[in-house]
Amino acid sequence: MEINLEESFQKKIDDEIRIEPRDWMPEKYRKTLLRQISQHAHSEIVGMLPEANWITRAPNLRRKVALLAKVQDEAGHGLYLYSAAETLGMTRDELLEELHSGKAKYSSIFNYPTLSWADMGAIGWLVDGAAIMNQVPLCRVSYGPYARAMVRVCKEESFHQRQGYEIMLTLSNGSEEQKAMAQDALNRWWWPSVMMFGPNDDNSPNSAQSMKWKIKRFSNDDLRQKFIDVSVAQAEILGLTIPDNNLKWNEARGHYDFSTIDWIEFNEVIAGNGPCNKQRLKAIVSAWQNGEWVRDAAVAYAEKQAKKTDNKTIAA
Amino acid sequence: MQDSDIRFQYVLHLADNSMILGQRNAEWCSHGPVLEQDIAITNITLDLIGEARSLYAYAAELKGENATEDTIAFTRDVKQYKNALLLEQPNTDWAYTVVRQFFYDAFHFQLLNVLQKRKDERIAEIAHKSLKEVTYHLKWSSEWLIRLGDGTDISREKMQIAINDLWEYTGEFFIPTEIETKAFELGIAADVEKLKPLWLEKVKAIIEQATLTIPSKNFQQNGGKNGLHSEHLGFILAEMQFMQRAYPGVEW
Ligand SMILES: [Fe+2]
Ligand SMILES: [Fe+2]
Repeated sequence: MEINLEESFQKKIDDEIRIEPRDWMPEKYRKTLLRQISQHAHSEIVGMLPEANWITRAPNLRRKVALLAKVQDEAGHGLYLYSAAETLGMTRDELLEELHSGKAKYSSIFNYPTLSWADMGAIGWLVDGAAIMNQVPLCRVSYGPYARAMVRVCKEESFHQRQGYEIMLTLSNGSEEQKAMAQDALNRWWWPSVMMFGPNDDNSPNSAQSMKWKIKRFSNDDLRQKFIDVSVAQAEILGLTIPDNNLKWNEARGHYDFSTIDWIEFNEVIAGNGPCNKQRLKAIVSAWQNGEWVRDAAVAYAEKQAKKTDNKTIAA
Repeated sequence: MQDSDIRFQYVLHLADNSMILGQRNAEWCSHGPVLEQDIAITNITLDLIGEARSLYAYAAELKGENATEDTIAFTRDVKQYKNALLLEQPNTDWAYTVVRQFFYDAFHFQLLNVLQKRKDERIAEIAHKSLKEVTYHLKWSSEWLIRLGDGTDISREKMQIAINDLWEYTGEFFIPTEIETKAFELGIAADVEKLKPLWLEKVKAIIEQATLTIPSKNFQQNGGKNGLHSEHLGFILAEMQFMQRAYPGVEW
């Protein structure tokens, strides 16, 4: 029986029929998705912090409002994704517990500090830009709730990307100090953004199965290449220099060549040794702990109200 | 004082109120007690700063001399800010934040309700638009006041402490400054003394429903609306104005 279930499951996927929460699915499919969606949700939430860091210091009111709205969007993305993850059998509180304990991962990029206003531009342009490259294919992921969440997310991400690029454009058309600020931000965010696509394909053990299940549609290296190719042209318009001496158009490949990635740094950041790993987790955990009495009170109040309504119904 | 200066100063006062509370609330973004409320408080923040921007833009027009919403918001010092003291008080915790919001919402609601019918069309128009938003803010903060007051023992205690601490900053709203009085005479402002009973009625009702009490002590702080602030405002402005001060005169 098991084999038939697996076969018909795979056939559905091959036929591009979405898998829904009530459908049978292999345990490993469920687990893989749950890990991926929850990591994605956690990334949205932790990703709020580096940008929230500049809300109170935004250089003008228009930018302040746009940044607030952007960070708020990320909270919304977290919500959609936690809801999608919940359909696979874990509650949001359980998922958060894994984030707080350090068991669950989130995107390493958010373990870098935001040191100047230009970082708001660089993050929007590069980090949201890389996220879009990763996420647009996920709008067609085989699992229905995830795919639908991603459609909503992607619309907003492309808006964030344009907004970030526009910040960079303003800076690079501005004073010498502003241009330097923009270049410095690009220097710091470039490599971490390139690493957002994950390990090289020959080092990505689960990729084949994920491709077969259509949880993944393009390889890490293909997406990374696409991101680099697009970004080079965008940096040129900005008049900024991408910090890679080996960046060169390769006529034969039809792509840009670039330097070998420093995976040692990448692995250190994943291992918890990035510049802000501890601060990010601490901020998330303390917000959660400080909010505990609020959540408890909301539950207690709701229970009291429910009892009152019950009593009324009985009396009536 | 000329009429145009009274109008300008009055608009600034209205704008500063919402700007400073918006700036304070913005500190919550990404640190809220639960995602849904992180989003909710940020919505309120966006509305408040949105209202402040419309008012600053109007103030900039009244001022002329190439003033913009940003030159007005980012280049005035503490003494020139005319917000009420309540709004610059620190977030402290969710209880203080909800209570501060509620006290202001209940006032803001009554104020805008009057302003939308007064003679300055721009102020009336902004008030009309903001009133819709503030109606929601008041609903949100009233509900949270009740929920946390009538929640657990811990939450009740925290809410009562916040009320006791912030109560002394509520009276200032209803003591008119010279600008408010003159603006009222011009037909563009509210008579804030008259708003007090309306405010008190709402505040009493919600606090009672929340099983909390209004403090018996009656001393009230005063001064923010005249530019005499608490120590907090200097730090708020230092943070808020940092970029404009460090890199003056450029586009962002
Ligand atoms: Fe997002
Ligand atoms: Fe985004």
